[in-house]
Amino acid sequence: MIEASKITYEGDGPIVNEFCITICTVNGSGSATANNILYRTLFHLGIPTSGKNVFPSNIKGLPTWFVIRASEKGHTGRQLHDDIVVAMNQVTFEKDMQYLAKGGVVFYANNLSLPETPRDDLIYYPMPIKNLIKGTDVPRKLQAFMENMLFVGIVGQVLGIPLEALYSTIYSHFSSKPTVAESNFSMVKTGFDYAAEHLEKKDRFFVKKLPPLTDYILTDGNNAGGLGSLFGGVEFCSWYPITPATSLVEAMIDQVDQLRLDPVTSKKTCVILQVEDELAAMGAAIGAGWGGLRSMTATSGPGISLMTENLGLAYFTETPVVVWDVQRVGPSTGLPTRTAQGDLSMLYYLGHGDTSHIILIPGTPTECFEFGWRSLDLAERFQTPIFVLTDLDLGMNQWVTKKFVYPNKPIDRGRIIWEKELDQFKDWGRYKDIEGDGIPYRTVMGNQNPKAAYFTRGTGHDEYGGYSEDPENWSRMLMRIEKKLNSAVPLLPDPIFRRSKSEDVEIGIIGMGSTDDALRETQDKLAEMGIAVDYMRVRALPTNPAVREFIASHTRNYVLELNRDGQLCEILSLEISEYSQKLISISDIGGMPMTAEWAVESIINQERKEGKRGN
Amino acid sequence: METEPKTVELNLCGLALGDYKGNPSTLCPGCGHNAISAQVQNAVWELGLPPERFVKISVIGCSSKSPNYFLNRSFGFNGLHGRMPTLATGACFADSSIHILGLSGDGDTASIGMGHFKHVIRRNVPMTYIIENNGCYALTKGQFSATSDQGLVLKHQGVNMLPPLDLCMEALISGATFVARAYSGDAKQLKELIKAAISQHGIAVIDVISPCVTFNNKDDALQSYTWGRDNEAPLHDFKYFSRKEDIDLADFEPGTYREIRIQDGSYIVLHKIGKDYDPTDRSAALDLLTESYKNKYFATGLIYFSEATATIQELYDLPEEPLNRISSDRLRPTEAMLAEINRSLY
Repeated sequence: MIEASKITYEGDGPIVNEFCITICTVNGSGSATANNILYRTLFHLGIPTSGKNVFPSNIKGLPTWFVIRASEKGHTGRQLHDDIVVAMNQVTFEKDMQYLAKGGVVFYANNLSLPETPRDDLIYYPMPIKNLIKGTDVPRKLQAFMENMLFVGIVGQVLGIPLEALYSTIYSHFSSKPTVAESNFSMVKTGFDYAAEHLEKKDRFFVKKLPPLTDYILTDGNNAGGLGSLFGGVEFCSWYPITPATSLVEAMIDQVDQLRLDPVTSKKTCVILQVEDELAAMGAAIGAGWGGLRSMTATSGPGISLMTENLGLAYFTETPVVVWDVQRVGPSTGLPTRTAQGDLSMLYYLGHGDTSHIILIPGTPTECFEFGWRSLDLAERFQTPIFVLTDLDLGMNQWVTKKFVYPNKPIDRGRIIWEKELDQFKDWGRYKDIEGDGIPYRTVMGNQNPKAAYFTRGTGHDEYGGYSEDPENWSRMLMRIEKKLNSAVPLLPDPIFRRSKSEDVEIGIIGMGSTDDALRETQDKLAEMGIAVDYMRVRALPTNPAVREFIASHTRNYVLELNRDGQLCEILSLEISEYSQKLISISDIGGMPMTAEWAVESIINQERKEGKRGN
Repeated sequence: METEPKTVELNLCGLALGDYKGNPSTLCPGCGHNAISAQVQNAVWELGLPPERFVKISVIGCSSKSPNYFLNRSFGFNGLHGRMPTLATGACFADSSIHILGLSGDGDTASIGMGHFKHVIRRNVPMTYIIENNGCYALTKGQFSATSDQGLVLKHQGVNMLPPLDLCMEALISGATFVARAYSGDAKQLKELIKAAISQHGIAVIDVISPCVTFNNKDDALQSYTWGRDNEAPLHDFKYFSRKEDIDLADFEPGTYREIRIQDGSYIVLHKIGKDYDPTDRSAALDLLTESYKNKYFATGLIYFSEATATIQELYDLPEEPLNRISSDRLRPTEAMLAEINRSLY
């Protein structure tokens, strides 16, 4: 694998707006605000920026890292090496420096002791954090928190971030608490002024203001997904806390009162309810969906495991419900605070017996918002569970993303029929395929038409909901459900293509979800090396014909994903079996977001194996 | 030849008892659960409420089959074993004018679904929670349940080594405001209890001892017909009146009865039988249940009643009209709200 210290920067001029900063602290020390101020300021300066929090499953006292990637080129995925390290934690100090490229930069709190033989290919800036804080009037108990604002000022000065930019970010961050803003800014300024006076610029990294990113926002996928659900008219969300899905529901809790007051009565139109476990979360969501509410839950892999029996019930009783799976690393408790794409196969075939499900896979927070409302429409239209599959990286980290787009069509309630509509049917049955597309009409509780009621059951049932053990009936029901789900395929999100500028491209790369940044960067890096590749991001299962065409039109398709077994590749190989020999799996799982460096190296190694490239 | 049309008795909403019927039962002949089905049907009809105003939620097991056998014009849901309370929790928000009848068994409630049972009470989901308690797993052919008596012998199981759980006790300590025990062989009391339970604001729990004629009906078994017939000790003569003016106290001597007003304006009248028992005294209720188990004393009737507390629906400030009928345009925030969100995230 790549050794960071062997990486060198090209030329000897300034490196502008292309760097990765890792801030190394102890969790619970209040560094989140400082990190936030730094990356948000870079964003406000017009530089695409991401912020990834690498945190332990712990509240206080263990090492934590915050990684800011700023890239004028828009490459904001994770990178393997660091360019700048802000060292505030003695425990990890020595190791943190190993990730720096030759010529990298170390800002370190000068109460930390340097290793006996520090690397001589790095540039060091000591930060007298403890002395500086003593010279301020910050109360003793707040000093530990405020220390972090000092490094913001020091790093800002050295990189050339204008003080006004830091000022405006701080005042907008603390917009409701001007005195807090003032004390934070005074810390930043102390650091900023100290660096101006005492630190001589020796490194090559610079920040330069660009035109503002006016079409963009800075947010995380969970906030986006929660908001998308609220804009999708969700009426019921039952849930149970689990990292990394919790913040999706908390985003809803935070905003439901402002967003979901009925314009007619000023009463609330959305219920969010924390229940006793994931069994109950899923059961209640199904009860609500069955009752005619737009219903959802959000969880992660272990929660899905508990919800599985219920989801089979929802599938077979044809009950609409949306389930967000914000993936973390499994099996078992696994790495609960790290990211993965390991739940895909589980979700696709989730449940005992013959089941298969629709999965939406957003790759940006903007898409999390969009799939938030779309998933509720699809669930009601097709009367089935709809999964939205994201992961910790997309869900909990900060992304520069296109502004949320208001839904371009009205809410779709699907085929719910009330009293009068029911009278228009001569021979209605809850599971009767009246339109020939496999999608029945459904009545819900409260319908006062004496013909409206039926018995919903997870056992074998006929077109009218009546109990049936008849073999022919069982098979007919299951085939109709399959037909129904197939009819959904044209309405699912299309794949996104990013074509090479070259023609007759032999190589395709295929990914999904949060690896989008890394894979776009991979495509660009390969292009710089003279290797033309087309990129396709799959956004839904089952796949649509465009996915097949892409695979067919390339000689070799590398499917890159964050799991051990290459789950997307396996599913594509099964669904598009006639081209399965064109699919090559490249997958890896360690809990960290994908990097372009890894992807490029893996593809090139594989190309060598295929005999397509020399050494 | 013309015949005189039979006069069919109609209830307050103009429906005959037949309008409340279900499918023919497929449970064993003589099953205690069939008596419960009949009394649910009678109670709802006598209350004069249309069947469309009820939903029946049940899950897996003989008890959960029973909603098939009453109220065909009510929506029903047969879900997963033990999870009935969870379905009810979600469904109760769809239309708060609909009353939920939850039908469960002892395997369902006392074992696989015990957590949900206690939490649905804690949440005070407005519903009538009926446990058809036969002290065994019957649909899987005769295993011990968590309410089987210690020492019970079943054919393929040997001797039950563990003590039973008392579901009224569990309901009581979880905060239920209406807890009753009934016996499916005592139809009259059961029907009155069901009527009162439906009228209670919030969750009402009735643990109905309901013999399994196939697997657990030996004379000395606590859930058998013989035991019930010989040992049932009603706490009081229980009567339900939907209006105060219907209460006829002519038969009662002063000091022998007690009226309890339910929040919806209906009344329970308790007529003393033997010992005094105050169902509004929670400690007395706990003592009674402890005593009953120790002395194998089969007390039935209203074990505990208190004034209703806020239901889970009431804790949310929801519109009065059913949430599931709110038009879609009222569910989507405005474009201006999204513009403001985009602005705040810049």
